[in-house]
Amino acid sequence: MNGESVVFWVSGTFAVVGAAGMVVSKKAVHSALWVAFAMINIAVLYFALEAPFLGTTQIVVYTGAVMMLFLFVLMIVGVDASDSFLETIKGQRLLAGLFALTFGGVIIASISSTLASPSAGLAFANAGYGGHLQAISFLVFETYLFAFEALSALLITAALGAMVLAHNERWTPRKTQDQMQRERTLSNHVTPLPAPGVLARNNSVDTPALLPDGSTSIDSLPNAFRGEGQVSKSNSIEEAGK
Amino acid sequence: MIAALIGLPLLGATVLLLGGRRTNAWGHFLAVAMSAASFLLGTFMFMQMAGKSEEEREVGQHLFDWISVGAFQVPFGLHLDQLSIVFVLLITGVGTLIHIYSIGYMEHDPNRRRFFAYLNLFVAAMLLLILADNYLLLYVGWEGVGLASYLLISFYQQKPSAATAGKKAFIVNRVGDVGLSLAIILMFVTFGTVTFDGVNAAAESGNSSTITWIGLALLLAACGKSAQFPLQSWLLDAMEGPTPVSALIHAATMVTAGVYLIVRAHAIFDLSETARTAVVIVGAITLLLGAFIGTAKDDIKKGLAGSTMSQIGYMVLAAGLGPVGYVFAIFHLLTHGMFKAGLFLGAGSVMHGMHDDVNMRHYGALRTMMKITYATFGLGFLAIIGVPPFAGFWSKDEIIYVAFSQSFIIGLATLLGAGVTAFYMTRMMAMTFFGEARWQDDVHPHESSAVMTIPMIVLAVGSVFGGMAMLFVGDIEHWLEPVTGFAKPEHSVSHSVLIPVTLTVVLGGAVLAWLRYGRRPVPVEAPTNVSFLTKAARADAYGDSINEALLMRPGQYLTRSLIWFDSKAIDGLVNGMAAAIGGLSARARRLQNGYVRSYALTMLGGAVLIALVLLLVRL
Amino acid sequence: MNPNNYLILAAILFTIGVYGVLVRRNAIIVFMSVELMLNAANLAFVAAARNTGTLDGVVVAFFVMVVAAAEVVVGLAIIVTIFRTRRSASIDEASLMKY
Repeated sequence: MNGESVVFWVSGTFAVVGAAGMVVSKKAVHSALWVAFAMINIAVLYFALEAPFLGTTQIVVYTGAVMMLFLFVLMIVGVDASDSFLETIKGQRLLAGLFALTFGGVIIASISSTLASPSAGLAFANAGYGGHLQAISFLVFETYLFAFEALSALLITAALGAMVLAHNERWTPRKTQDQMQRERTLSNHVTPLPAPGVLARNNSVDTPALLPDGSTSIDSLPNAFRGEGQVSKSNSIEEAGK
Repeated sequence: MIAALIGLPLLGATVLLLGGRRTNAWGHFLAVAMSAASFLLGTFMFMQMAGKSEEEREVGQHLFDWISVGAFQVPFGLHLDQLSIVFVLLITGVGTLIHIYSIGYMEHDPNRRRFFAYLNLFVAAMLLLILADNYLLLYVGWEGVGLASYLLISFYQQKPSAATAGKKAFIVNRVGDVGLSLAIILMFVTFGTVTFDGVNAAAESGNSSTITWIGLALLLAACGKSAQFPLQSWLLDAMEGPTPVSALIHAATMVTAGVYLIVRAHAIFDLSETARTAVVIVGAITLLLGAFIGTAKDDIKKGLAGSTMSQIGYMVLAAGLGPVGYVFAIFHLLTHGMFKAGLFLGAGSVMHGMHDDVNMRHYGALRTMMKITYATFGLGFLAIIGVPPFAGFWSKDEIIYVAFSQSFIIGLATLLGAGVTAFYMTRMMAMTFFGEARWQDDVHPHESSAVMTIPMIVLAVGSVFGGMAMLFVGDIEHWLEPVTGFAKPEHSVSHSVLIPVTLTVVLGGAVLAWLRYGRRPVPVEAPTNVSFLTKAARADAYGDSINEALLMRPGQYLTRSLIWFDSKAIDGLVNGMAAAIGGLSARARRLQNGYVRSYALTMLGGAVLIALVLLLVRL
Repeated sequence: MNPNNYLILAAILFTIGVYGVLVRRNAIIVFMSVELMLNAANLAFVAAARNTGTLDGVVVAFFVMVVAAAEVVVGLAIIVTIFRTRRSASIDEASLMKY
């Protein structure tokens, strides 16, 4: 019963729980949080596997960058978006579960049927280069240099691709400041728009602000949240009275 | 030179057929000229041959190597010997006379040129048959005459009965042709050659059962071409063709090709007792059958056709008796050619005068109106029933003599046949030329033109003197002996007994017919309450019904069941497979439901399958 | 403690990820399941590296991480674009290519 096995069983269990939680959550944001939890536990496992560099990278890149990116996109797409649990394709759930279990079973069976020798450990490998980080750098920059360069090209391409895909072409000329000022002066609300949730009970971005006469101001919401069903009613006085 | 005999009529046929309507004006003259030229050439060759000594008489002409495939060598060779030359004279001689006759007979027919073209074609094919020096070339001629016969029988194309008769003749002939093909194949397999010389030389070497089978196959071929039992059904229907056709093809020449074949293949028949017996039996049956049918026919041409069937039965019977009979078969063939052609031409002349009516019940008392026809027909009649000294007496009596030498029963059959022949021929004469006039309205009998009567006169002369000329002057027995072999029968009823007996039987038959048809008035409408035998004779001894029941109906049934099998089983199989695949694919289509998740599921399924397989293989 | 345990854990995580891909309809959650599968593969790599005593597995896992990040970038950009035109992030909506 050494420390490593304790860490394994604890972190391992939490990782599985996190994964399961992701799959069964109704709301998308909850799924994202469960995945982040699972990933942190996997990072812990990396530390237990004598790969501290990778564990750190896991937390920084995966949990930090990738999952946050997921959450941002969820926000764009709609935080409330949720799947109904009614399955539309006949037999999909059943067959998916069956196949997945079979697949897992097959892998586990073949793993279990191998002879388990005690693991060699990375001490020797690390020692060859004078440290874990030095060894990894050697491998990355000398043995697998070409792959490394290709990877960097890939990253640049990915960034460019994302920019191209998410780009919004401007079809009308940009409004100048002068034009905007004129429009505002001639419209019926000269003053700046209220921010969401002003004079309201909460200020989340989908809660409209209250005007002095108690009505909700749809103008206070960003465009994305003005649709039917997206406006939160938590601020309305009528709702509060009920 | 020999090739010219065939080449001239063939040229005539080609010119007339290819030339088309342009040759209408002079086509018939060309045809007659070609046929006459062949006759003159043939006569010249005969003179030449007669002048030579016996060993040198056989002449051959090798034109080119026709088939040369490994061991199968067949030359395109012509060969003239004593047997062929008499046939050549018969074919070209009678043929030319009939060509001349046809100028008058077919005068009003717009298709006369085509008729002459086919007649020339027939003469060419028949000459090829006779002059060939091997069985395969003979087969070519055989088919050629079959073709010409088909074209000529169905000459009046617009008549459905004529077209059907032509088809029937061709098809029944085809059955016989199978026999000839089999015989040629067997000959090649057994002897390695199909030339006459080769087969004659090698005949001893074959084993007896093969020889018998070859003989029987040749007999089948002869039955088809010569309208012998059991392939006799086509001859009576062949009378649908114009009368010159019946005279030339179905009396004098084509139907005798079967007899020629048997005599030519005598080397085979000499070695096989069984085959010879079969030939004799077929001949005997047919001679009685033909005579029986001829007694009840009211159609003058059909009556003569039955007579032809019967007379050829005599020839076949004689040929089947072996070396004693070959010569007499040919002798009777030659005399029959003359008097039967004469009889047919006479019948044609009568029909011409009676407005193309063939029903003898509408004739009567024509001897005063058509004197020449009456005279020539009468001479032919005397020849056929075998009254001395006319032609038929000499040949038929010899056959009866030889028949008695072999077997009493066969002899009796021939004797009976002679009696019945006398009966029906007298009936024919009585109904046509004697008695009261039973002419229909608008019919004015008149004698035919010279172009028709002259050939008839020539043939009548032949019927009178031909027999004596061939037997005494030409010494036909010894003329043919080097080719066919001749033997005197060992013992038989002697001539001095036989001849009076025969004449008595003949006279009896004639008198019987005269009393029945010459004395009593002949009803114009055929009586219906007649005996069973008469009904049977009118129906051609039920030959057609038997053929239908034995062959046609099973054949149709077989065809129908094959069609059913093809459409249900084979088509069903193919269509069923197509339908099955279509149905399968319609089901399988549903897998493409458009949802990415389903596709992902199937991908996973495949991966699981592979993983399982790998795992199981490892274990 | 059996070093194969890590591999078994990786297999379990992979299986859960597969199930998630097949069952969820929201595109983003499907994507997250794919990330989970990649993580499971990474775990297997690192465990194998430790077992054999070489560092190649760790380096490979590192590279996989980079690639996964790039993939997430582009994938999410695509999802955003699709969402802009269709107003829905359900993957069942795109089902026109069928029989």
